[in-house]
Amino acid sequence: MKLLASPAVRVGLSISIATGLYGISFGALSVTSGLDFWQTMALSLLLFSGGSQFAFIGVVGGGGSGIAAMSAATLLGMRNGIYGMQLNALLHPTGWRKYVAAQVTIDESTATSTGQTDPAEQRRGFWAAGIGIYVLWNLFTAVGALAGSGLGDPKQWGLDGAAVAAFLALLWPRLKGREPIAIAVVCALATVVAVPFVPAGVPILVAAVVAAVFGWFSHGRSDEGLEPDVEPYRERHHVESRQHGTDHHRGDGHQRGDGGTPGAES
Amino acid sequence: MSLWVWLLIACALAYAWKLVGYLVPARLLENPRMSRIAGTMTIGLLASLTVVNAVASGQSLAADARLGALAAAAIALALRAPFLVVVVAGAGTAALLRMLGWN
Repeated sequence: MKLLASPAVRVGLSISIATGLYGISFGALSVTSGLDFWQTMALSLLLFSGGSQFAFIGVVGGGGSGIAAMSAATLLGMRNGIYGMQLNALLHPTGWRKYVAAQVTIDESTATSTGQTDPAEQRRGFWAAGIGIYVLWNLFTAVGALAGSGLGDPKQWGLDGAAVAAFLALLWPRLKGREPIAIAVVCALATVVAVPFVPAGVPILVAAVVAAVFGWFSHGRSDEGLEPDVEPYRERHHVESRQHGTDHHRGDGHQRGDGGTPGAES
Repeated sequence: MSLWVWLLIACALAYAWKLVGYLVPARLLENPRMSRIAGTMTIGLLASLTVVNAVASGQSLAADARLGALAAAAIALALRAPFLVVVVAGAGTAALLRMLGWN
């Protein structure tokens, strides 16, 4: 098939399987955190952003209020707005496509798209990863939720340990260099200090404020922390994202205008 | 308010973030500071969520089997294990430590 010959589509589909599969852990953790099957599915179908979904159930599971869970999920979703802006400049979706593109705008679809240089490949990569992950993430969320509700005592299976591991795994790829590690350590300490003094869930928001203040007053890479959980271009990602950094995203819109030739791929 | 209400508000706001990038002209949004805050906040929130899930139990701090899960996950990640393997390593370690009597 012609479509499968596209490198971006192949990368998009493999990232879909890798990311979709860990929907199992989300589904299982969500039902053991106290959400029911349909609440779990609503998060995957409607919210559809791994980090924010884990944040929501993480706060609820830790005894936090609904409003604290909502706040943590929403603050974590801010980066998707930045991705939307980059993708809009890159792909120029029109009409209804814009609204569908928005829903599948996440770390992985953005990284798959911006990792390509040809405009047609950027578009294929975005849609292949976006739709592929959406379908598989929801499918595996359902599998995980059904499996999780039959487990009995979640602690016996170490599912609270699974949640810790999941958050560390979401954080890990973003810790490249000294600055992100410093932010993580400071926010972790702020959280520990806050726990005894404020209601459950609120320490996470305290850390968010600390991180935002840090971002506001310091000058570093403007794409710090904006990395996918599962990297589509594992081997060359480090080099490329370092070299191009911010101007990579900023320049793309103009490159297209200068004569992006959709038929250029061999 | 019930959990459903906050859940649906979270879903609506998540979509609003995503859509705003497509609808608002890039000139208005192309502010390196906003992009930077989105990034630093992502790191801060995930670090905080990791710690809360590892040591908080309500409003008190506890050192239990979850610390073992944290260490196991860090080792798995350092060995470049895929996401699902990391999660299973965390769960397995916590379950094992509990079986051995460390709560």
